[in-house]
Amino acid sequence: MSAQNGGDAALLLEVRGLTKIFGALKACDNVDLTVRRGEIHSLLGENGAGKSTLVKMLFGSLEPNAGEIRWQGQPVRIGSPSAARKLGIGMVFQHFSLFDALTAAENIALSLDSDAPISTIAAKAQALSHSYGLPLDPFALVGDLSVGERQRIEIIRCLLQTPRLIILDEPTSVLTPQEADKLFETLDRLRAEGKSILYISHRLEEVKRMCDAATVLRHGKVVGHCDPRKETASSLARMMVGNEVQAVVRQPVAGIDKAPALLEVRNLSRPPATPFSIPLRGISLNVRAGEVIGIAGVAGNGQGEFFEAVSGEVMQADAGTVRIRGKDAGRLNISGRRLLGAAFVPEERLGHGAAPRMRLSENLLLSRYATDRKAFVGAGGVVRMGAVDTAAQRIVQTMDVRKSARDPEAAALSGGNLQKFIIGRELDRKPAVMVVNQPTWGVDAGAAAKIRQALIELARSGSAVLVISQDLDELFEISDAIAVMHDGELSKPLPIAEATFEKIGLLMGGAEPGHAAATGHAMETA
Amino acid sequence: MGMFEAILLTIATAATPLLIAGVGELVVERSGVLNLGVEGMMIMGAVTGFGAALATGSPWLGFLAALVVGALFSLLFAVLTLSLATNQVATGLALTLLGLGFSGMLGERFVGMPGIKLGNLDIPYLSDLPVVGKLVFGQDPIFYLSVILTGGVAWFLFRTRAGLTLRSVGDNHGSAHALGINVIGIRYLAVMFGGACAGVAGAYLSLVYTPQWVENMTAGRGWIALALVVFASWRPWRVLAGAYLFGAVSIGQLHAQALGIGVPSQLLSSLPYLATIAVLVLISRNRRLTMINTPASLGRPFVPDR
Repeated sequence: MSAQNGGDAALLLEVRGLTKIFGALKACDNVDLTVRRGEIHSLLGENGAGKSTLVKMLFGSLEPNAGEIRWQGQPVRIGSPSAARKLGIGMVFQHFSLFDALTAAENIALSLDSDAPISTIAAKAQALSHSYGLPLDPFALVGDLSVGERQRIEIIRCLLQTPRLIILDEPTSVLTPQEADKLFETLDRLRAEGKSILYISHRLEEVKRMCDAATVLRHGKVVGHCDPRKETASSLARMMVGNEVQAVVRQPVAGIDKAPALLEVRNLSRPPATPFSIPLRGISLNVRAGEVIGIAGVAGNGQGEFFEAVSGEVMQADAGTVRIRGKDAGRLNISGRRLLGAAFVPEERLGHGAAPRMRLSENLLLSRYATDRKAFVGAGGVVRMGAVDTAAQRIVQTMDVRKSARDPEAAALSGGNLQKFIIGRELDRKPAVMVVNQPTWGVDAGAAAKIRQALIELARSGSAVLVISQDLDELFEISDAIAVMHDGELSKPLPIAEATFEKIGLLMGGAEPGHAAATGHAMETA
Repeated sequence: MGMFEAILLTIATAATPLLIAGVGELVVERSGVLNLGVEGMMIMGAVTGFGAALATGSPWLGFLAALVVGALFSLLFAVLTLSLATNQVATGLALTLLGLGFSGMLGERFVGMPGIKLGNLDIPYLSDLPVVGKLVFGQDPIFYLSVILTGGVAWFLFRTRAGLTLRSVGDNHGSAHALGINVIGIRYLAVMFGGACAGVAGAYLSLVYTPQWVENMTAGRGWIALALVVFASWRPWRVLAGAYLFGAVSIGQLHAQALGIGVPSQLLSSLPYLATIAVLVLISRNRRLTMINTPASLGRPFVPDR
């Protein structure tokens, strides 16, 4: 190829043999990548495939151990993010690199290398945001903004540096379908202006729709380059995962609406715990025996606060707001609610769902010492480590948890395997009520399918299952009904037969509140 | 000079070391580092200031030495907590214990020796004006520097790019690192600035407040400065208000005790603490503003992946 001589003018970025090693793990192994001018190039791969590591090296946040980066034909060393910016590489981070306590304009100023006063930067940002149809108040505090608005700041910040290559790390994972459409329009326009975009995603449909080329990563290695428009979603999935992913089976069941509600939430409200958190406003929900209810919503609309209130991390003033198997549980702590037959899996695995520096068996004991007191604790309060260990190994077996030692520390497991263990730990009790927040966040497709199937089977065996997730595909796969959380309010659950992406997406954006009745009423009185 | 004027002058003298140490620590904490070693750095400043002034005969050289020693002493803290990512609380406490012990050893030979006092300003005519003359134009030079320092820090933090960068590091060190800001480097500078301030504040005690060396002569002022920063919700002018309030009530209660008011002396002695906390809690009762001003990364160790 002429590229080897640095002659192909259409090539903007060439990466050859880039390698990054963390300890014993090759996060990126001999990666090749070429991005042309004016193309949207997708970087596909599962969580942990090395996508983020690769782009961090391109943006100068990480230093490669080996390999070469060529920019417009010239070999370059990108030692820092400001060096990357000087070359013309901009980045929109997945977990935004914004500062909550600063204004939008101050956030933008921090990443510009110029010394212009804040007011000038604010004016420039506003002008740019208008020209791209991305409205932005430069003097708003970032902590007060929605996730979509924060992403806008990141994009504007990136565009102000007039980059030639824009790296977007999973940009739609935090957006409603409508917000995502808006983003795609912006990307189309940028491509038309001749800018190149490196687009990281594991959402195959949007990659097929948007991207001109794709590079697929698996376990840190490039497994293929392709034109995503010529592939099918399943052929792309096969490249990403390496084998076929088992489809989740969900048989609809009749008569669920007559089953008793095992988890009842009645008019649950909560004031915001911090200035930047969301209040809960009069949430009511029943989850019946045998059904899976999904709660969709853009991150940061009160899902975390709702989970805390339901699980008992935060108690309610009124005991009747949360009822488990017909008993008031609002004033009970987590163990009290577990004793009523409920089980909870929080979003954050390390530090919340599991103690990172403790062994799996110890983590099992920590969460179940109250409910399994007879089995795990002997006379005089001495722990029966043998029984705990047997149970831990049983969970490892049923959930197919892959690990390096017999009973390793929780932090030593990969995210997906730890999540399988944590879910398995709760399923092992056959709980009557199961509440899970983001069950497969950061979990590879194979493990995710296994977790989803296990949740459906739990429900079909007569339990009530409540799943909070940002992943709409997941919710459509497993739920019998989907409710949407927006700005601390929960819509009525839509039966899965009536739910469409569009309907749910509108609810997520708050465009059509699920409380149409309340809005209508307000209008009548007005 | 009337009695009232004299009281006001002593209040300024009592407040100045708290203000200097407090403003220094404020910069440290705004960068996201909690240095509980203020008391230790102050006492090191007090002993070096006293010794250097004695050796050279110049109180100014005493202050300079205290500034350098305070900064160097805080450098020890910075190396441990920033480069080696040790626990900031434990390291800060250790720094205080080390400072108290080490200064006692260094200062043994100074005990009972007469010190050199930094004189007050004496501007012809102006200092002789009635009432305001002594208060505005006749104080010691460090008093003026402490007010300039407060204004300078407020301007730096909220009006300059470097100040914005420092605040961003304190708000979210992960984001700052991702943008290519040198988190550790900025924190080193902030910690050493705080150390230099604490050193000067300590030297103020042994060169202006009571020109002599007594072991443990800081008497907990470092801790009060630390508390002032928190209660002032990390705003420089509020630290000044708190320091002067504390100074006023502590001097006031001394006079009240001397007058023999029928209130137990223990209660009067605790009054400055109670009054300062009460007032600063009241002015920071807007929770939202307090949260915005609180450095979100405060005390969290930062280890960049590279």
